Amino acid sequence: MRYLGFLLLLGLFSYQPAPKFPTKLSDYGLFQGKLQDQIPVIGVTPYELISPLFSDYAHKLRFVQLPAGQSVAYNPDSVFQFPVGTRIAKTFYYPIDERKPESGRRIMETRILSHEATGWVALPYIWNEEQTEAYLEVAGGTSLVEFKNMQGKKQQVNYVVPNMNQCKGCHERDGMMTPIGPSARQMNASMRYAHGEENQLDYWSRTNQLTNVPGTRPKFVSYIDEGAPLNERVKAYLDINCAHCHNPKGPAKSSGLFLDYRYYGTTAYGIMKSPVAAGRGSGGLSYDIVAGKPAESILLYRMNSQDPGVMMPEMSRTIIHQEGVALIREWIKSIH
Amino acid sequence: MKYLSIFLLFIGLSPVMGQAQFEKALQTRLILASDGDLIELESGNFQISGSLSLEGKKKITIRGKGMDKTILSFKDQQTGAEGIKITNCENIVLEDLTVQDSKGDLIKTMHVKDITFRRIKAEWTGGPKSQNGSYALYPVLCTNILIDSCIAIGASDAGIYVGQSQHIEVKNCTAYQNVAGIEIENSLYADVHHNHAYGNTGGILVFDLPDLIQKKGGFVKVHNNLIEANNQSNFAPKGNIVGKVPKGTGMLILATSNVDIYDNKILNHQTVGVGIISYFMSEIAIKDKEYDPYPTAISVFNNTFERRLGRVPLEGRFAQIYRFKLRFGRNVPYVVYDGILDSARCGSDGQYLPQHRICVHHNANQSVANMDAEHDFKNVRRNPAELDCVQEYVKSNQF
Repeated sequence: MRYLGFLLLLGLFSYQPAPKFPTKLSDYGLFQGKLQDQIPVIGVTPYELISPLFSDYAHKLRFVQLPAGQSVAYNPDSVFQFPVGTRIAKTFYYPIDERKPESGRRIMETRILSHEATGWVALPYIWNEEQTEAYLEVAGGTSLVEFKNMQGKKQQVNYVVPNMNQCKGCHERDGMMTPIGPSARQMNASMRYAHGEENQLDYWSRTNQLTNVPGTRPKFVSYIDEGAPLNERVKAYLDINCAHCHNPKGPAKSSGLFLDYRYYGTTAYGIMKSPVAAGRGSGGLSYDIVAGKPAESILLYRMNSQDPGVMMPEMSRTIIHQEGVALIREWIKSIH
Repeated sequence: MKYLSIFLLFIGLSPVMGQAQFEKALQTRLILASDGDLIELESGNFQISGSLSLEGKKKITIRGKGMDKTILSFKDQQTGAEGIKITNCENIVLEDLTVQDSKGDLIKTMHVKDITFRRIKAEWTGGPKSQNGSYALYPVLCTNILIDSCIAIGASDAGIYVGQSQHIEVKNCTAYQNVAGIEIENSLYADVHHNHAYGNTGGILVFDLPDLIQKKGGFVKVHNNLIEANNQSNFAPKGNIVGKVPKGTGMLILATSNVDIYDNKILNHQTVGVGIISYFMSEIAIKDKEYDPYPTAISVFNNTFERRLGRVPLEGRFAQIYRFKLRFGRNVPYVVYDGILDSARCGSDGQYLPQHRICVHHNANQSVANMDAEHDFKNVRRNPAELDCVQEYVKSNQF
């Protein structure tokens, strides 16, 4: 009976074949050995970002595969313009216990960003319970996950895998899909490779994946680095967590609020800026940021909410990033 | 056996079972739609838990079985800031369905060229509440918008809100129990006619705001509308410009130029029939250097005003200005102008050159006031001759 009801529902829609993308993550051949170990094959390079997007405390593994024999040109300001044929993979997981990495992990999803001739395409692959394979799920999904955090506290997250369209909700510039993370500013730090530790830009340059890399390169601070200047931490935090939408060419351009690090200190960055269409997202407050007054700043109010109609970012989180909220609160308190 | 299958069909579409499957099937259908597709939705009340999105498609029609027959309810929404989101598309038609109770906006369309909303009911079902989402129908940064025969109820900002868009027609719509019934903001070439806006805080608003991508709106015609008894207490969350609209407002023009308001019935508003004000009245500092805060080239003619004698309700900042500065008592004028002039548009007599004037003429029961807000309301004038000029600023060939 249950099945029949389900069939009737499906009958409401005339189904079409899915576009021609691999239905399984293993079909891409990005990894060797057991898929869940996420060991890249030769030609697939792992990378890390200095200040990553907050995604409900998920940990992430990132990989890029350039088309054979091709490279990408260095630029100091924005995401590298990877050639057609490039694939980027990003795997989201939770350690069972953050204090004990050896306790194992639950992999939630791997997103593939594939640069087709027609532009970038984002494809969500959801991992099975057995952790042996991930399957393409264009409509995304949700699942409950539990882990112990660094303080040994049990955390529960209703983890949301975005659907294909929602991917573009963040990965968009001027209506075109685009990667967000891999820029010189975000990758100018060393990482542990199979061969040892090396600066990522140096390694990419030495292996001819990145061309024309100069000696002096810009660098974000890590926003969790309490030794770094407060304003630099804030620039890095708001840039990676907000500016993919809140920039003059992004999906939130209609708000006029631009949180790209280059707008730091301007009205467009939110300081004494009135909201436009915030609705109840304003929380009854009048300005995005009121210098010295975190409790009167809409930006902080929306970061500190879990209500889907209020919270920012709109996607990629369901719970509050306590450390991020603390950082922005401290910064707003400090500015005049 | 026959009975059994009818029973099964009922179960299949009931809210108890299969809602998650319906939602997933519909979202998948939207993602995989080919350009030119018609997506039809059956009758039924469907609970949706996350935003539905359509992205990067051309020539798609989403059609229900009729208003109040196909109902998408977002009452228990877990994720997403709006009910339905349509982005980067061309030639989209939404018709014959009801959407309800999303956490944020009900239907938001952004960067869509040629978008039609037809016979869509978009509502928050619990009455006017500040917890309701901002906008029921919300096209922004779109071109060629048609909103026809829609109903918008309960928005804590605007029921029908068109922002930063061009070439717009809003007709035959009904908006009630919203803060603003219909709002045209920073938008060019809008024709708003034959609508019914009642029971909102403000009936129809035409606003230009600073710090936006599309800087300047204007060339807006508002005509043949029935705008009545918009006396709802303002329930917008503070911080939103619409939260400053006083209850009992028929129409409000804020900083927009080239607006014609004619052949409307503007009835039973406790505060103002048509208000024409500059952005300075918002008392918010302007930092946008390209922004033009003055309403100019406004024509209000052939409208019918009606109202019983009575004081304006004492609620909000404007009400205080009415009570303590304007002191109209029970005989409140229908058309009120703040009188703050842009000197760059004035002639040697200190008045606006003819092409920039505010003209109010040939309205039934007309009465006007210039607030002289520039001089702290010292010289409030109720002299119809001051605004007595004849000019139509918006020509049909501009649409």
